[in-house]
Amino acid sequence: MNVELKKVELKVNGATHVVEVEPRTSLLDCLRDRLLLTGAHAGCEHGVCGACTVLLDGVAVRSCLMFAVQADGYAITTIEGLSPGPGELSPVQDAFCEAHGMQCGYCTPAMILTAHALLARNPSPTRAQIIEAISGNICRCTGYAQIVEAIALAADRMRGQNLPPDRS
Amino acid sequence: MTAPAKFRFVSTDRRVREDRRFVVGKGRFAADIMPPGVKHVALVTSPHPHARIRSIDKRAALAMPGVHYVLDGAELAAATLPLAAGLDTPNVPRRPLAVDVARYAGEWVAAVVADSRALAEDAAEAVAVDYEPLPFVLDGEEAYRPGSPLVHAAHGSNVLLDRTFVWGEVEKDFAACPHRLKHRVTWGRSATVPIETFGVTASWDPWREILDIWASIQMPKYPDQTAVALKLPASSVRVHYDVDVGGSYGVKRGIKHTVLVGHLARRLGMPVRLVEDRLENMRGGDMHGPERNFDVEVAFDDAGVIHAMKMRALDNVGAYAGRSPFQLGKPVGAIVGPYRIRSVQYQAIAVVTNKTVQEAVRAFGQSPTNYAIERTIDEVANRLGLDRLEVRRRNLIRREEFPYLIPSGSTYDSGDYHTVIEKVLQRADYAALVAERDRLRAQGMLAGIGIAACLEPSGGNSSFEPLLNPKNETTTWMDSCRISVDLGGSITATMHTSSSGQGHETLVGTVVGEVLEIDPDRVRVVRADSLNALPSNSPVGSRMAIMLGGAAFHAAQKLKGKLVAIAAHDLNVPAERLTYREGNVIDSSAPERKRSWAELVAIAHRHIHRLPPGMEPGLSVAHIMPVPTGGTLPTPDGRVQMYPCYAFEFHLMLVAIDPDLGKPEIRRYVVGHDCGTVINPKIVRGMTMGGIAHGIGAALYEEFAYSGDGLLMAQTFMDYLLPSAHEVPPVEIVHHATPSPHTVFGQKGSGESGYLGAPAAVASAVNDALRPLGIVVNSLPIKMARLGDLIAQARRGS
Amino acid sequence: MKPAPFEYSRARSVEEACALLAADDGARLIAGGQTLVPLMAMRLARPTRLVDIARIPELAYVRDVHVDDPQLHGREEASGEGKAAAVAIGATTKQAVVEHDALVRAKVPLLAKAMPLVGHDATRARGTIGGSLANGDSAAEIVLTAVTLGATLTWRVDGRTEQAEASQFFLGPMVTALPPAACLLEARFPVWSEPRVGTGFHEVNERHGDFAFAAAAAQIAVDGDGRCTRAALGIGAATAVPLRLDGVAKALQGTRCEESLVRRLVAEALAEVETMADLHASAEYRRRAAITLAVRAVSDAHRTARRA
Repeated sequence: MNVELKKVELKVNGATHVVEVEPRTSLLDCLRDRLLLTGAHAGCEHGVCGACTVLLDGVAVRSCLMFAVQADGYAITTIEGLSPGPGELSPVQDAFCEAHGMQCGYCTPAMILTAHALLARNPSPTRAQIIEAISGNICRCTGYAQIVEAIALAADRMRGQNLPPDRS
Repeated sequence: MTAPAKFRFVSTDRRVREDRRFVVGKGRFAADIMPPGVKHVALVTSPHPHARIRSIDKRAALAMPGVHYVLDGAELAAATLPLAAGLDTPNVPRRPLAVDVARYAGEWVAAVVADSRALAEDAAEAVAVDYEPLPFVLDGEEAYRPGSPLVHAAHGSNVLLDRTFVWGEVEKDFAACPHRLKHRVTWGRSATVPIETFGVTASWDPWREILDIWASIQMPKYPDQTAVALKLPASSVRVHYDVDVGGSYGVKRGIKHTVLVGHLARRLGMPVRLVEDRLENMRGGDMHGPERNFDVEVAFDDAGVIHAMKMRALDNVGAYAGRSPFQLGKPVGAIVGPYRIRSVQYQAIAVVTNKTVQEAVRAFGQSPTNYAIERTIDEVANRLGLDRLEVRRRNLIRREEFPYLIPSGSTYDSGDYHTVIEKVLQRADYAALVAERDRLRAQGMLAGIGIAACLEPSGGNSSFEPLLNPKNETTTWMDSCRISVDLGGSITATMHTSSSGQGHETLVGTVVGEVLEIDPDRVRVVRADSLNALPSNSPVGSRMAIMLGGAAFHAAQKLKGKLVAIAAHDLNVPAERLTYREGNVIDSSAPERKRSWAELVAIAHRHIHRLPPGMEPGLSVAHIMPVPTGGTLPTPDGRVQMYPCYAFEFHLMLVAIDPDLGKPEIRRYVVGHDCGTVINPKIVRGMTMGGIAHGIGAALYEEFAYSGDGLLMAQTFMDYLLPSAHEVPPVEIVHHATPSPHTVFGQKGSGESGYLGAPAAVASAVNDALRPLGIVVNSLPIKMARLGDLIAQARRGS
Repeated sequence: MKPAPFEYSRARSVEEACALLAADDGARLIAGGQTLVPLMAMRLARPTRLVDIARIPELAYVRDVHVDDPQLHGREEASGEGKAAAVAIGATTKQAVVEHDALVRAKVPLLAKAMPLVGHDATRARGTIGGSLANGDSAAEIVLTAVTLGATLTWRVDGRTEQAEASQFFLGPMVTALPPAACLLEARFPVWSEPRVGTGFHEVNERHGDFAFAAAAAQIAVDGDGRCTRAALGIGAATAVPLRLDGVAKALQGTRCEESLVRRLVAEALAEVETMADLHASAEYRRRAAITLAVRAVSDAHRTARRA
């Protein structure tokens, strides 16, 4: 089938991109291959593992289950959009480093974006709420313990109760 | 040898430097690497478990847009050598694409190369393969029996390995014991299934005659085996180790993917890449784990002390074999577990069937073996009506007995199993745990306490190779580290393998910093490629803390020694009078006489006239380290030092099972872990928790189930169930450290921790819960619905 | 796992969507895509065209309605004008919206109880109520709730608006009464006007968020003494189509929904029913689990009704 390419305007991390894609190009593949934002990862391409998570208007979604042509009109946030500046980490990113909430790093962008979305709507999540929030993201390295601790630490810090230690 | 008990940096709570790039999405994974003009591969796979390939019609596929090539098995076989096998099985050749016969459903039959993955998949559907189905066999025991359908006709049977070892006076010990117990314990087919599938890109430069490879690889001898198969000198293969691997836990040995893509890159003159999709990975990526029946018989006395053991282990390795049958050999190094069993008979059988091929899985066969041993000791206790903890205490090797030689020839370096257990029982408040179990039972739940005492052999000798294949004399492995101090005085250390999340850069920085007494963050750590690498064997066998840590340690010591020698010559004092401190070298008797780091660097790099005569300029040192205790061949009766170091873990858990639904829930979980000196606590804890999650998966959720038609039924994540955060309970880890006498800091490996004991502990807990109903479950995974059926059956019978 | 090629159209109205469907046999609707896209990735579904209805404004809503339809199943208490109360949810309303909607929580508590069990946060963020209903999976919580409460499904096809009550809508495994070129418009959930209403929803799956092996949904109204005045009970996932156990519901009226009674009634009702067997669970397991879950769901419903 010779399919008509579609022009789509995507707003990603505050910047607007116009891409021309086949309808069947997933948002994940478009972000990775066209926009070279390779922080979102393919783990299963059928919506179970969550490694492809991005935020649409601040809400975590599976980018492998969306086509790029469906993604116009949203504010899309990828992991690349979270750092305040080159060499700097957001509080959630820093908390993940402090708690070593990862090993191989493959599920990490998805976990961090999910954490962002959680903390934006619930700044004081219980352990059970953190687990529920990340239950759609599979990690094979960590057994989740240090991920949960990272998110709890981020929540603490963002509430101002536990400021980063002086690292001198 | 052990270093001083107080460390500056080792064992302190340091951040893992690799994390910085991962949290911003700047990891560099195989699928992120896209050379300009790269083409994409998709596979045509066999729908039959066993079939002759009569013809492959590529015409329709080749006519489709964006398609460059369709490669079949015959063409690839003509251009390459078969992939390396570990056992001596020349009539069981293995190739990336099936040749004449497809031997499992999902086996790769042809490869399409196109401008995009989507176009390659479109074309793969259009490749028309004419198959003639053949009789097939799926069950390992059936494949073992004569008369079953042959997977490889030329081999004459389905048996790749059938060897019996007898260590000690087994029959005599059996005859002398009043009690025997025999049972079959089965480890079902699962694997550690990383979230990242295997990906490889190859690019051939015909002018330099170099094949560049970027892959998500965790495999010893990968560049070498790739070169051999492609009929290239190894110096024409450049594997880039600075690719971040998205989890491996043993399985990412994509040698067939690499040979396929390497051939295509050379054939087509363009870079070619294969990133498995999940279906290709599950069915045909050849990354399944052991599928093993253990027939265990033990002889024991009235006190429950086991004197002798007979173990028959039959593993269904799938349709071909690379290294996976060696997973029957490695456990020989801890064949008695942590127990003082005097004599052992061990029969190792590897059979082929028409299932997906196995690959190395985390701990290389030790976890299934630990499970079999622990199920047995639980049943010994049950048979005698004794407490399961007490029976273990009576059987465990005692602290004062180390180093302890086991019947199969390995010496356990150190341990204090009883203390670890006591620590766990205290932390868990064991009496309260038992009371909680009884309270749950009184409420109508099924509840059980799970206990597992298991070893993690670490450090990685390769002695299982000559053990199971006398023609293969690969005895041991080495690892390396190079350290250079540049003109500006900054330090760069090089490691020579890829990593998959173990924090090796942090490990090297910490070790070098410890020895040189400088902040580890000042040590840059980079990776070589295979052309400029020193010998390394990849992070397997829980070896890197020992081996890379050891190599980095010794290299740093060499550097220190060189600095001292330069200072001695320049100050004109004997080296013995000098003290190295934090980068400076000081005359102990006259501390105002010293040379600073900057001065020493300047001498080494510029003021060559001030160097000791005969000393090489610059400050570059390297250390290539063999495995401690390694380098010996097995004796004729199969005794050998398998791995140098033995970590220990003790799992204690409380499980509740809803009797109506069969749903198990881990209510409390405490683990005691002794891996000697811990170099980075965050890394080690993470490893253990991750291993536990893998173990829970293998015990309760994960199974590569096949239909009677030979098709893999669990081929997506909808049916192959990976534990989410809900399925992994909080785990408390209690530490203990009995340092290893063989390593530089007393460290033992911990890369497989948690996985080695969790399945055994879960099985122990479930069986304890089911005992009141008279049910014994001796196979994994224990799936909820099947458990529900067993419980209902038992209740009906009562 | 890339889908086979397809064309893409974004429909601005229901009429446009239906026209696009009618023009092409191979065209399919997409809203959230959480079920359809995985099937397409595995090439098990190969639409020639996707008609995107996700942004049609008139298809996403949660509304209080009063319905003048004597054919509505159940005994929704008449309002003053002889009309029955219901909550109407537009087909493309996101599951996450329904999950947090105050009207749903107040008036269709069984649906509110079921929603957190549907998939995961990230799938509820995109998945729609209509998508789940049109897919017709017996293991889907939304489908079970619709059957249990006797929801009415409305669709548009060929210029006509048609509807069916849930028991006439779900016909077989993933088979609904939706004609090929139809666009589901709305699901209307009856509202019980009794003062003391409680709900229970239980399912069993190996992992949290998976498709259930068996599920039970119960809604119970009680009088001041705790006696059941009205009941609805549905079993999902155990059979190809969810079952509504009307006989059991009727038999519970006047009782206090004692556990042993419920167990006996449900066991009898399921005795002749053929439950499903597959890779994950045997038929007997599903039957036993259905009974156990029904008992728990009724128990929850009765208990929460008493407290209401």
